[in-house]
Amino acid sequence: MGETRIGGRNNVLFTGREDKPVMMLANGFGCDQNMWRLVAPALAADFRIVLFDHVGSGRAEPSAWKPERYATLNGYTDDILRICHELDLNDVVFVGHSVSAMMGVLAAIAEPERFSKLILIGPSPRYIDDAGYRGGFSASDIDELLESLESNYLGWSAAMAPVIMGNPDRPELGEELANSFCRTDPQAARVFARTTFLSDNRTDLARVTVPTLILQCSSDVIAPLEVGAYVHARIPASTLVTLPATGHCPHLSAPAATVAAIRAFAVDDGP
Amino acid sequence: MGRDRRDEPIDPPAPGAAATGGETDYAVFSSLIEDNAEDLYENAPCGYLSTLLDGRIAKINKTLLNWLGYSRDELVGRRSFSDLLNVGGKLYYETHLAPLLSMQGEVGGVALELQAADGTRLPVLVTSAVKTDDAGEPILIRTTIFDARDRRAYERELLRAREEGDRERARLQDLVATLQRSLLPPVLPVVPGLDAAAYYYAASPDELGGDFYDLFPLSGLSWGLFLGDVCGKGARAAALTSLIRYTLRTAAVYDGDPATVLRTLNTALHEQYLNDDRSFCTVIFGVLRPDGDGFTMTLARGGHAAPLLMRADGSADYLPMPLGPLIGAWADVVFTTTTIRLNPADTLLLFTDGLTEARAPATEARAPTTDPSGRYGDEALRAFARELAPSTAAAAVTAIISLLDSLGEGRQDDTAVLALGARTADNPMPSA
Repeated sequence: MGETRIGGRNNVLFTGREDKPVMMLANGFGCDQNMWRLVAPALAADFRIVLFDHVGSGRAEPSAWKPERYATLNGYTDDILRICHELDLNDVVFVGHSVSAMMGVLAAIAEPERFSKLILIGPSPRYIDDAGYRGGFSASDIDELLESLESNYLGWSAAMAPVIMGNPDRPELGEELANSFCRTDPQAARVFARTTFLSDNRTDLARVTVPTLILQCSSDVIAPLEVGAYVHARIPASTLVTLPATGHCPHLSAPAATVAAIRAFAVDDGP
Repeated sequence: MGRDRRDEPIDPPAPGAAATGGETDYAVFSSLIEDNAEDLYENAPCGYLSTLLDGRIAKINKTLLNWLGYSRDELVGRRSFSDLLNVGGKLYYETHLAPLLSMQGEVGGVALELQAADGTRLPVLVTSAVKTDDAGEPILIRTTIFDARDRRAYERELLRAREEGDRERARLQDLVATLQRSLLPPVLPVVPGLDAAAYYYAASPDELGGDFYDLFPLSGLSWGLFLGDVCGKGARAAALTSLIRYTLRTAAVYDGDPATVLRTLNTALHEQYLNDDRSFCTVIFGVLRPDGDGFTMTLARGGHAAPLLMRADGSADYLPMPLGPLIGAWADVVFTTTTIRLNPADTLLLFTDGLTEARAPATEARAPTTDPSGRYGDEALRAFARELAPSTAAAAVTAIISLLDSLGEGRQDDTAVLALGARTADNPMPSA
């Protein structure tokens, strides 16, 4: 049940059992694949786990980042499909947190045969309020977030970047630095923040044909309950589970409950 | 302080311990040190905040309450830390801080803005650490908050300065690119029967290069051409390049003999050289005349690398011609002309030393360097030309561009390349 670091543009890591179904864990905007560290070991008993970093964050290949490619979710979605193609992953259970939930939606629409199930943690198809829709944010809120990104580099230093990002084989180079799990090139972070919070995938939801679990927290500023209900109402074959947890990251704040919910849907329920 | 207490520790004595003298001094000292932890907590020069794992505020000190304008009852047990942040800060908290706290137990030096009761915003620097119980289970999060108004104002100044620096650099690069273009022909003129192509590589977007070339009409049916390299880079080199260009063009109209043209240029540059000993250059100058199905070309050079002649039969070598003196350095100089014939499918390649002096990658099999200094070198270029010949001008320039690309970091200097060939029936149209 060892780890295999494939690396490459998305710094792919295999863990878990080779004879088990593939489960791809995709973290959202903010940090990197370490976000799954409290749940991946428990899931590794039942799945072949695939972890990766989005281009522009974590230890993804820095030179792969192009502002125009990652200005829409399609660039990220293409990367997910590319990983599936290159590593020949089939019947994938895709677990996407936050914005990666919508990448999973787009990927499963593009290649439904590739995915057996979708698990969306704290999904939101649109963050900004619209006529008849409450996403929870206004456009100016997003500008404030960009300001916060501007004033916080969290362990990022332009001088160190080539050393710490380009060396997936030598993680010790980076791990010593505080905050390295959420280290992002500020320029890439700004583009990702815009891409995330200005996206609108409401009309895509109805096109999902893969069985889908929506996992939300009972108190989440970023994806409020009504947004979870909205996603549930629009994805045809979907199940909604609300975890008694605070915040946007139940896989960190309530890992046991999160694992139980993921396993119950991915293992026990038939497709 | 009393002499008899000089070597005593400065901690207060244990309760009940006998005073050994100097009581008056000690009482003064004791009153100065912190002996009230509660007061230190409440009135510390920073904000203290403890929150439960669900975010609710469990404890907050007076300093922070004063900064925010809230009463203790309004916050403790009722509000969470993220309620005190603006919406952008909440998003940042949820996407960055909360995960980092879970993953590494602490996070420090984060810039946020708190919202006071009256709506004003207080820029702060926040450090948080998770407190665990004896079993290692997290039980609460402790946060210290520093007033960062001055710091943030300073950072904004730095940011503004950086943005201004970026703007200025963009302006400089635009200026450099525009000036550089003005020193090179925008496109090569179409000469009937001549196959011509050129390439210019600028090593730095911030600095004007010192390489130059041109192809221009002379009286009658003849055409002038030159390619060279001035000493140095930047504005001074550009001014010198400008002087060289108009001197060569004017001198060629007056007398088309390349040796005479170079002599005239030498006279003009030497005057400058007496004031500034960097005012010299290397150049190769030629005149082309149509001659049957090809061209006759008369050339002279001053200190410049010999061009490569690639023949239609696939042979290639440096054109044997006298080197000539560096131009501008000496008062009285003599140049010698060499005349060749360009038959159909022959191509002459003129280049500057940015090409041969590029650092060759050690592992690059295509660039066998004979140069002990690790440069790409003349021999490697000759071998390259022999592999390439016969070639059209456009194909030769394209091959040189790929060669330079393959040298990657090794190309450190500006490079100019000008290729001239006589067209064949198969290649009758001007190259793009």
